[in-house]
Amino acid sequence: MRPALTALLALAAAPALAQDKPVLTVLTYDSFTAEWGPGPSVETAFEATCGCDLQFVTAGDGAALLARLQLDGEATEADVVLGLDANLLAAARVTGLFASHGAAEGLDLPVDWTDDTFVPFDWGWFSVVGKAGGPMPQSFRELADSDASLVIEDPRSSTPGLGLVLWVEAAYGEEAPAIWEALRDNIVTVTPGWTEAYNLFLEGEADLVLSYTTSPAYHLIAEQDAGFVALPFEEGHYLQVEVAGKVASSDVSELADEFLDFMLTEGFQSAIPTGNWMYPAVTPEAGLPEGFESVRPETTLYLAPEEAEALRGPAIDRWRTALSQ
Amino acid sequence: MTRAGSSGLPRLPGALAALLVAGLCLGTLVPLLLRAGEGTLGGADWASLRFTLEQAALSAGVSVVLAIPVARALARRRFPGRGALVTLLGAPFLLPVIVAVMGLLALFGRGGLLNDALGALGWPRVSVYGLHGVVLAHVFLNLPLATRLLLQGWLDIPAERFRLAATLNAPVWAVLERPMLRAVLPGAFAVIFALCLTSFSVALILGGGPAATTMELAIYQAIRFEADFAGAAQLALLQYALCGAAAALAFALSRGPVLGAGLGRAVERWDAGGLGARLGDAAWIGAAALFLLVPLTLAVLRGLGGLDDLPGEVWDAMGRSLGVALGATALTLLLALALALKGGALAQAAGALPLAASALVLGTGLLLLLRPFVGPSAAALPVTALADALLALPFALRAVTPALAEVEARHGRLAESLGITGLARLRIVVLPLLRPVLGFSAGLAAALSMGNLGVIALFAGQGQGTLPLLMAQLMGAYRMDAAAGVGLVILGLALGLFWGFDRGGRLDAASR
Repeated sequence: MRPALTALLALAAAPALAQDKPVLTVLTYDSFTAEWGPGPSVETAFEATCGCDLQFVTAGDGAALLARLQLDGEATEADVVLGLDANLLAAARVTGLFASHGAAEGLDLPVDWTDDTFVPFDWGWFSVVGKAGGPMPQSFRELADSDASLVIEDPRSSTPGLGLVLWVEAAYGEEAPAIWEALRDNIVTVTPGWTEAYNLFLEGEADLVLSYTTSPAYHLIAEQDAGFVALPFEEGHYLQVEVAGKVASSDVSELADEFLDFMLTEGFQSAIPTGNWMYPAVTPEAGLPEGFESVRPETTLYLAPEEAEALRGPAIDRWRTALSQ
Repeated sequence: MTRAGSSGLPRLPGALAALLVAGLCLGTLVPLLLRAGEGTLGGADWASLRFTLEQAALSAGVSVVLAIPVARALARRRFPGRGALVTLLGAPFLLPVIVAVMGLLALFGRGGLLNDALGALGWPRVSVYGLHGVVLAHVFLNLPLATRLLLQGWLDIPAERFRLAATLNAPVWAVLERPMLRAVLPGAFAVIFALCLTSFSVALILGGGPAATTMELAIYQAIRFEADFAGAAQLALLQYALCGAAAALAFALSRGPVLGAGLGRAVERWDAGGLGARLGDAAWIGAAALFLLVPLTLAVLRGLGGLDDLPGEVWDAMGRSLGVALGATALTLLLALALALKGGALAQAAGALPLAASALVLGTGLLLLLRPFVGPSAAALPVTALADALLALPFALRAVTPALAEVEARHGRLAESLGITGLARLRIVVLPLLRPVLGFSAGLAAALSMGNLGVIALFAGQGQGTLPLLMAQLMGAYRMDAAAGVGLVILGLALGLFWGFDRGGRLDAASR
């Protein structure tokens, strides 16, 4: 027994014995580091120039990243957190765990960006996604009145989940709780993150899933499958801007700044459209892939970070209360 | 209560152990109370309290009601394999919950056998997520326990009474069985109710959002989703009160050991010879056996298929799981032995305290306590082992206490007269004779820890998980084959550790 155990423990300790290069630890969400995600090519591109070892650490979906960072506090290993979004900016700032990087310039964003702590790396519109031939409601009301089943993400742990809650708030205001009550029987389940929800949808557990207008492009380009549809909603679509920030307690602060600068260069941005399947924050030389232009919604809904923060807590409470009855 | 410890055995460690256990179980209240003032419970939190009570009551009710015909059939029938079946009814205690859920998904899940059959018949598919899924899993896990408790009730009715009833042609149901059930059912219900209150893994996987969230899951979400320590502290206090009350109730209402032995014999009966009664009993026993065996078999089969898909992380996770399980086992044994040596009502009470604690309440308290000094990631494995040890302690203590009393009764006076006291007595007399029961307790603690998912989910960062956490993550990502493979590894290790320790204890004793 003992030699086997020693061997196991040695195995467990092996990754710690890395090379002497400085290690940059980037805390991010699950799908960023997936085989098909942008993580692998970003890592290769950055390591080619930084003389460092870039390590991704995942902690569920975007909103859970912030909780993880707060949980670990100053003891965190993370040097950069990648995958919060504009709706969480104000909450992330008040933790005092992030350090300023300087305002980013030359961005191709549909909204003005002046924040000097967090750097946007991509953006996109949330959308309900379904399959061709399946239910095609054109609004939340129509969806609630139909039999269509939907899988959504938890707004406390997932940035798409939070985006959906703010989307309904922005579109319906005081009627939002009524919309959620009407949607209750359509919602099959609530997952902690986007990855789980999208997998359930692909497995056929639900007709519809909360994802992005660009999700069908993934199936079209990567799988040559034209059978997926982002449903255009009459209310308009909520805009997400994904950001990264430098952790104040990082012991490789300069390397973290270097990574945040690298994030807006070709090496990173070219991996975004067909890796993260989002609109890049700086359009790469190759332009946008097929299926990205045609899905731009007519109406964009967006709350500035301070507005989003003021609404976030009450909106999540209303959502939980409506769905828990 | 008899005093197991006599003057000849060391009692100081027991006092320290009692202090440690009480300090951990009650001391965790302090950080919770300190933090709870800042938060307020909202409508959704009360909904999770309501759901917790509702699912626990339904799970306990259904388990107990279904157990009545099954236990009665087992009590009055003899058939080949009866002994094996009764032994099997004890196994779910060691069965990792998450592996059981995997088996249930293979039978009742969307791609499971049931839905395939319904689909082939052109009928609508059923979903296993939500309240009914949670209750289904709890009935699967607790029907065996309910059956054993009721079977004990039947076997406790003296055979003479059945004979007397037969002679007088009196209705057995009215004069013997109904009064027995009236005495036994409340206890069985209360024990299972208390167990279901602390359900975490089942709700994590089969719960369906805010409408199907248990208190344990709500605590986990408050911390891992929102870093809302005040909210988590309030929920934990509420859960603490709930579990304490339920455990006290179960303690007051239940009789006899939960792990009851001596269920081997069948009662000779004169009232159930009719063909209808025989067929009915056979049907109940068959249905119960299928309900328990089919999901388990499916979990194992799917796991065998999934061994090819085992992710690379599995070896690291196995190392951590083994470390945690062995650490928890060592601590459980030390605490149980120290408390048993000390003896007395206070030591016994300290040993029963963890029954009122839940993994997530302990975890939250320890997290709040440790956070100012050490990061949760660094504390994850030691804290998990500590919590697992505490949760296994009541069962170990229950096994060790009577065995120690017997050793002392038989050999205490001789040892006394020879002047063998203190540590020497422990080494020469007590430990060798206690080996079998220590082996059994170690096996129990190791198997429980190996399959446990709770505290680790609260603390662990990426690449720090144990096997059950890895399995839950794979299931979340819908990598079911890989998850089933990990499940089989967990099952093998849990049963292997139990078997190894139990056997090791007995082999050693036999050679002396």
